[in-house]
Amino acid sequence: MKTDICVIGGGAGGLAAALSSNDDGVSVLLVEREGHLGGILNQCIHNGFGLEVFKEELTGPEYAERFIKEFEAKKIPHLLNTTVIDIRKTKDFLIDVSNEANGLFTIEAKAVILATGCYERTRGGISIPGDRPRGVMPAGSAQRYLNIDGHLVGKNIFILGSGDIGLIMARRMTLEGAHVHGVAEIMPYSNGLTRNIVQCLHDFDIPLYLSHTVTDIKGKDILESVTIQEVDSEFHPIGGTEKTFEVDALLLSVGLLPDVHMFESIPFEKSQETKSAVVNQFCETSIEGLFVCGNALHVHDLVDWVTKESQKAGHFAKQFVKNPVRGKSNLKPVETGGFVRVVVPQKIDFGQMENPFELSFRVSKKMEEGILRIEQNGKTVREKRYKHLAPAEMESIRIDPSFLSGDHPIRLIVEEVVK
Amino acid sequence: MKTMICIVCPVGCHLSVDDSMVVHGNRCKRGEVYAIKELQYPTRMLTTTVRTTSREIPLLSVKTSDPIHKSKLFEVMKELKTFVANVPVACGDILIHNILDTEIDIVATRTIEK
Repeated sequence: MKTDICVIGGGAGGLAAALSSNDDGVSVLLVEREGHLGGILNQCIHNGFGLEVFKEELTGPEYAERFIKEFEAKKIPHLLNTTVIDIRKTKDFLIDVSNEANGLFTIEAKAVILATGCYERTRGGISIPGDRPRGVMPAGSAQRYLNIDGHLVGKNIFILGSGDIGLIMARRMTLEGAHVHGVAEIMPYSNGLTRNIVQCLHDFDIPLYLSHTVTDIKGKDILESVTIQEVDSEFHPIGGTEKTFEVDALLLSVGLLPDVHMFESIPFEKSQETKSAVVNQFCETSIEGLFVCGNALHVHDLVDWVTKESQKAGHFAKQFVKNPVRGKSNLKPVETGGFVRVVVPQKIDFGQMENPFELSFRVSKKMEEGILRIEQNGKTVREKRYKHLAPAEMESIRIDPSFLSGDHPIRLIVEEVVK
Repeated sequence: MKTMICIVCPVGCHLSVDDSMVVHGNRCKRGEVYAIKELQYPTRMLTTTVRTTSREIPLLSVKTSDPIHKSKLFEVMKELKTFVANVPVACGDILIHNILDTEIDIVATRTIEK
């Protein structure tokens, strides 16, 4: 099977990338491992999606459906129930895939877009001590069991981690008749949106234990109880603060990680900060023609941003296929300073600097007011003030080549404004 | 004096409303509007699922056509427990008109063809 562009993943990112790379002169093939398009949006039945892209508040399935309709109307070729086994690069990319109808076969493509989303950090990833009973699972898995398959995973629930998935599930399980005993968060503040703290916890009188974590799990076969403890500023549990809850399910909402692990046979440069590929401003990895976008590149707060980034990745992949011979690249890393924790893209190709691009970043500290400075060669070329900055909220800034001076590396610095 | 956290934008102002319904702590006008509405008639969108007659897709995601009063959330959930949606169903189809006399409909948020 041959195609110009192979898009891996049929969720928000893959659909947007396929739609924007599809063109009269360019063939696109999308590969999706599930039986339906839409990805994780199908289980995110709550609303709040689409405010930026459609200027209205949609549920996850509604947001997905708008793109699926357009995708189907354009008759873009796609394979469902098909898993990617491996990607190799010779001159072109060779993508080994497998499905029930055809067994193992290979797709040849000039460019590949990884839009494989992210996965949830599990119990093993945070090393909770105690027994190993059933009933301990990532919150997103519980969401799938409930919203897609129709199974409530427990009647008495505790949730570790106050990220948005944990909060959304606290409300969802409560509405379905479960008793959610509480949510514990190791940090002194929640990582979820304030509106979710209010709508999902306060509305149902679900307690939020800040600076607390789960320190024991008990249960022979099925989960019987969890114990939480307050932690000090170094995150060490404080003796004497134990609280035990008799629950049959513990949901973990303790972080999302870009899901690009299965592509280890293709050696693109990786970032320690994002746990995904290092990319330039075209979402292109260190391997020419290999693009990554959406939550596979870095975990976004809003699906709208996944869509926008993936549309760009699709556009750049199309440009690459149409014009594979490019000017000499001049890659410079984006440097960071102050309270900038992570920035994407990590590199800028000054050799292809015709158009404005966006830098997305997260800070390492919660700030009432912050100032962002873009420096080149020790001089500030741009400044932007922010009223509110928090580690859980991704921010972005548009960089216009017209205000840059030469090819000096860009440095991104965030400082706190203390009144 | 009532206190609440504003949910209009990510800043999350801590609001208080005094006995003469004057809002304090808001950094913008929207917070004032929110605080008064939250005290007089608090509403929320309800999103959930109902069973279907489809063999492939056992559950259909649904929502209320508009936010409903907070006190009605559990009653509506109970009402939907026994409801089964016939397929095919299109995203946007009204499944139940005026549920529990709230003047609010239950709307499908996904298309299921078979």
